[in-house]
Amino acid sequence: MSATTTERGRQAGRGSARGTTAQPSPARGGAAKPPRNRSDTRAGYAFLSPWLLGFGLLTAGPMLMSLYLAFTDYNLFRAPEFIGIDNFTALFADPRFLKSAQVTAIYVLVGVPVKLAAALAVALLLNAKHRGQGTYRSMFYAPSLIGASVSVAIVWRAMFIDDGVADRVQQFFGLPGGGWVGDPGMTMPMMILLAVWQFGAPMVIFLAGLKQIPAELHEAAAVDGAGPIRRFVSVTIPMLSPVLFFNLLLETIGAFQVFSSAFIISGGTGGPADSTLFYTFYLYIKGFTEFRMGYASAMAWVLVVVVGIITAILFRTSRAWVHYTGDVR
Amino acid sequence: MTTAMTTVSATASAVASRKKRTSSVVFHVLVLAIAAVILYPGLWMVMSSFKPNGDIVGNVNLWPETWTLDNYVSALGGIGGVSFWSFVLNSLILAVGSVVGIVLSATVSAYAFARINFPGRGVYFAIMIGTMLLPFHVVIIPQYILFNSMGMVNTFLPLLAPKFLATEAFFVFLMVQFLRGLPRELDEAARIDGCGHWGIFRLVLLPLMRPAVITSSIFAFIWSWNDFLGPLLYLKQPETYPLPIALRIYVDQTSVSDYGAQMAMAVLALVPVLLFFVLFQRYLVDGVATQGLKG
Repeated sequence: MSATTTERGRQAGRGSARGTTAQPSPARGGAAKPPRNRSDTRAGYAFLSPWLLGFGLLTAGPMLMSLYLAFTDYNLFRAPEFIGIDNFTALFADPRFLKSAQVTAIYVLVGVPVKLAAALAVALLLNAKHRGQGTYRSMFYAPSLIGASVSVAIVWRAMFIDDGVADRVQQFFGLPGGGWVGDPGMTMPMMILLAVWQFGAPMVIFLAGLKQIPAELHEAAAVDGAGPIRRFVSVTIPMLSPVLFFNLLLETIGAFQVFSSAFIISGGTGGPADSTLFYTFYLYIKGFTEFRMGYASAMAWVLVVVVGIITAILFRTSRAWVHYTGDVR
Repeated sequence: MTTAMTTVSATASAVASRKKRTSSVVFHVLVLAIAAVILYPGLWMVMSSFKPNGDIVGNVNLWPETWTLDNYVSALGGIGGVSFWSFVLNSLILAVGSVVGIVLSATVSAYAFARINFPGRGVYFAIMIGTMLLPFHVVIIPQYILFNSMGMVNTFLPLLAPKFLATEAFFVFLMVQFLRGLPRELDEAARIDGCGHWGIFRLVLLPLMRPAVITSSIFAFIWSWNDFLGPLLYLKQPETYPLPIALRIYVDQTSVSDYGAQMAMAVLALVPVLLFFVLFQRYLVDGVATQGLKG
């Protein structure tokens, strides 16, 4: 985790270096800092006090506490009882846990690439200079703003239920209906569709990235005889790779945490046949309906470790494929 | 000779402009097709809320054959003796409280990160960025235990206190990025005029941070308005329910029978969000765009 945070810090520092003022970024230690004085230190801690308090009381402290709880049996009403790694061994023998991990893994592995592909495709389309671009951009962004709301989950359920609108469309194409909500084989495509429907946020970020690619690069490549596909592969993709990386990271982490739509669509059960039992949903059930808080804490830490490993892998591999222009290190 | 040249170039430009027009038509056809797919669920929701109850599920057509307001009448009737407006009020208190908390805490914290040079700042900044990547589910159980032990379950405090303590790093980061774009000479000038850090922040930089404050406020409002997990954990009495929880209870209660009222309530719950979107779309979309570029 610490490796990833410094990487992120460096990235953020790069952003400021590109800005108008030449000012040392806080993430980059060392050279050329103006002299410090004690009143600055006092002011620094005073201004930072809300964040420091919040971090200590509501993030760091609770993280340590949940790390401890992960090794205990605790139900909120009795004192926690230390049980070693029993929670973890129980986890990996718990079929519902394994199912929830599987459901989430499929959702992340399929949903995120499809969503990003849609976002990139539409961003490329919108990037062609035509009238109405700004309006379309806003319109396509709208689902990202409401997608996680209970309202949309209710609409989704009504549309994909037996004899619903989705069934009518299927019947139109001569396919058998039956509803997606009640069919364990169809709930995942339904959830992924809901995620892809919210492609607007990464699309907006892609568009901003595309705007930063200097036109001269495309012109130079065209002069050298590169066709549109070659230019896309050799100019657009490398120039866009930092933004692609950012989107990949954020969407992956976000996808691991999907909760409310699955909760509403399945009526709080994770069904049918646990096919919408996403990881955080099962964590909620264990922690807050069964009050097995030690067990749920163990689950939370497994999630932190998995997301941490994935983040680390993304950062590691990013050195090979993410291309930073003008980044002097 | 010259006339021949002009004719050639005229034809060439005609071809070019026709080509441009064709590509423009293709563009608009494609984009409108995408727009239709994207907008359909939202339009279906709004239009369904005006259809008679039996005519909603499975009706692909958007336009209601017969219009009715019955769905809104039953949606506004409330749940189990608690008025619909009580849920709206709870949602409003939470959302406005979140906005106030986030604006207060994120602006001062961002000032410390962006403008004050003190030992440990780099480490704190890295940690702050790191919390953006942290699955927040790791803290919900201990936070619940903490707030429960202080007797704060069924109050708004567990949902509002974190906002006043800048726990949502996204907002701090957004404001740090904005502050970094403001020239340092402003600080220097104010310092020469005798301002301390509080003066520089309050009198010089805060007024200039308006765009970042507006963007953050809108996001803070919408995220709080749509938040489901937080209220689900902490608010268990109907009098304290915000709209998303009320909506869920409503759906569970009416189940299959009353899709009309469900749609009407879903629409009502989204009205403020859509209002903000229509009024401030530029701020929202640009906020997302800069966040991605600088992150």
